[in-house]
Amino acid sequence: MTILVIAEHDNATLSDHTAKALSAALQIGSDVDVLVAGKGAKGAADAAAKLKGVRKVLLAEADELAERLAEPTAALVISLAGFYDTIVAPATSSGKNVAPRVAALLDVAQISEIIEVVSPDTFKRPIYAGNAIQTVQATEAKKVITVRTASFAAASQGDSAAVEPIAAAADPGVSAFVENQVSKNDRPELTSAKIIISGGRALGSSEKFQEVILPVADKLGAAVGASRAAVDAGYAPNDWQVGQTGKVVAPDLYIAVGVSGAIQHLAGMKESKIIVAINKDEEAPIFQVADYGLVGDLFVILPELLKTL
Amino acid sequence: MKLLVPVKRVVDANVKVRVKADGLGVELANVKMAMNPFDEIAVEEAIRIKEAGKAEEIIVVSVGPQQAQETLRTALAMGADRAILVKTDEQTEPLGVAKVLKGVVEAEKPGLVILGKQAIDDDSNQTGQMLAALLGWAQGTFASKIELAGDHAKVTREVDGGLQTVELKMPAIVTADLRLNQPRYASLPNIMKAKKKPLDEKTPADYGADVKPRLKVIKTEEPGGRKAGVKVESVAELVEKLKNEAGVL
Repeated sequence: MTILVIAEHDNATLSDHTAKALSAALQIGSDVDVLVAGKGAKGAADAAAKLKGVRKVLLAEADELAERLAEPTAALVISLAGFYDTIVAPATSSGKNVAPRVAALLDVAQISEIIEVVSPDTFKRPIYAGNAIQTVQATEAKKVITVRTASFAAASQGDSAAVEPIAAAADPGVSAFVENQVSKNDRPELTSAKIIISGGRALGSSEKFQEVILPVADKLGAAVGASRAAVDAGYAPNDWQVGQTGKVVAPDLYIAVGVSGAIQHLAGMKESKIIVAINKDEEAPIFQVADYGLVGDLFVILPELLKTL
Repeated sequence: MKLLVPVKRVVDANVKVRVKADGLGVELANVKMAMNPFDEIAVEEAIRIKEAGKAEEIIVVSVGPQQAQETLRTALAMGADRAILVKTDEQTEPLGVAKVLKGVVEAEKPGLVILGKQAIDDDSNQTGQMLAALLGWAQGTFASKIELAGDHAKVTREVDGGLQTVELKMPAIVTADLRLNQPRYASLPNIMKAKKKPLDEKTPADYGADVKPRLKVIKTEEPGGRKAGVKVESVAELVEKLKNEAGVL
């Protein structure tokens, strides 16, 4: 069973999602190569080569791969697909963009966002925003899989696999990168943070969100999340959204502040180890999943929490 | 230019689904169904493009059971011009649907296909990308903004680190994310008018597509439950418990 893992990276550095997708891949089979597609991506490739269990790292560099556009990236994966039984990508926005394109070109089904490897061809995945878990078996020889990384521990470091430069595929030439608007902050990344504090609609405004949530986040060294309601209302940027269609997280500690707990939000955070809910409505559904609930006015509780920490 | 918008009939987003006692799926009998919310956003975007004078006709298509025509009527009431029901009682998977849609695209020749980024039933997030691949077209997934200029579409995408803007050669595929727009409600007069709009019925075979499932569903089960914990009375008690009981601070 040979497996290709499509790495998540920003050229310079390798994302933690790669190490987690690798863990899933190693449960499927033992011959695992990692593909780093990018430009000036030696840094990411070297980091991938250190991950335990990697057979070799394939490094493809080209202008059109610099931002990992779906069309040239999928073309590259297709050019390698003949050598592999299974192609694995983390279910990041980049992985979700590329993997189905690969599956369709290979004329195979894709299994999205697996949370458990039952056997090399059978996987568990959530459906209906995690309200049901389906066990599915692939019936085709070649498999394309995306991995919900919150469900797998990161593979450890310590190996030194070879990095093999390979050629990029011909660029289909139908898409071009224009720009990235990356939210810059010094806080940990949402999907790999140990502690997350999330704000909901009850914050009332972008100013209040920043004034109340951010100081506590900084004190805890936490990442900041938000409910869909808070993002839709413009209190927080889109990439902070936790939920069915946002990010799926599983930190050690998740503090939900003024979040009611819609099914779609719970889908993104209910695997957290410890959940704290702070809400003035004691009937809010968030309390049904919280280990510790505190009923009260968040505008009183959070400043007090900041002082107590 | 024609716009094509595929729509899916799914369990209403506000329904909490229950796994069937026999473990062979979720309970769908007597459950409220609705248009997939992301598809509503896709329909709305198509209507806005037409209202801006950049498209002449909006065709909506659904691949599913007879009842999916209700979903198509909803799209027609919102403002789509005509509908195609590709009727099948198979449990469709994204690849099969993408193959049907490829056939529809070849027959209708739209300049842009707008889909929801994912259906909230199987949460696959595949169909748009697969259709783009089968057609060899560019894709702008998870779109929060679409600007059309000549033979190019500029699409702003919601990605993990923020926003990414790409320029796609048309014809192209776009999948809608939540912040693309706020879909309108169909007015009563428009709901009445929609009943008279054309709705064609086809089958996957009409488009030469095979929609038989490729994956075998072994079982469906409830997720591991999470029990409600305790209510604490004060911030001091909360911090004490997080430090000493949970050990996470």
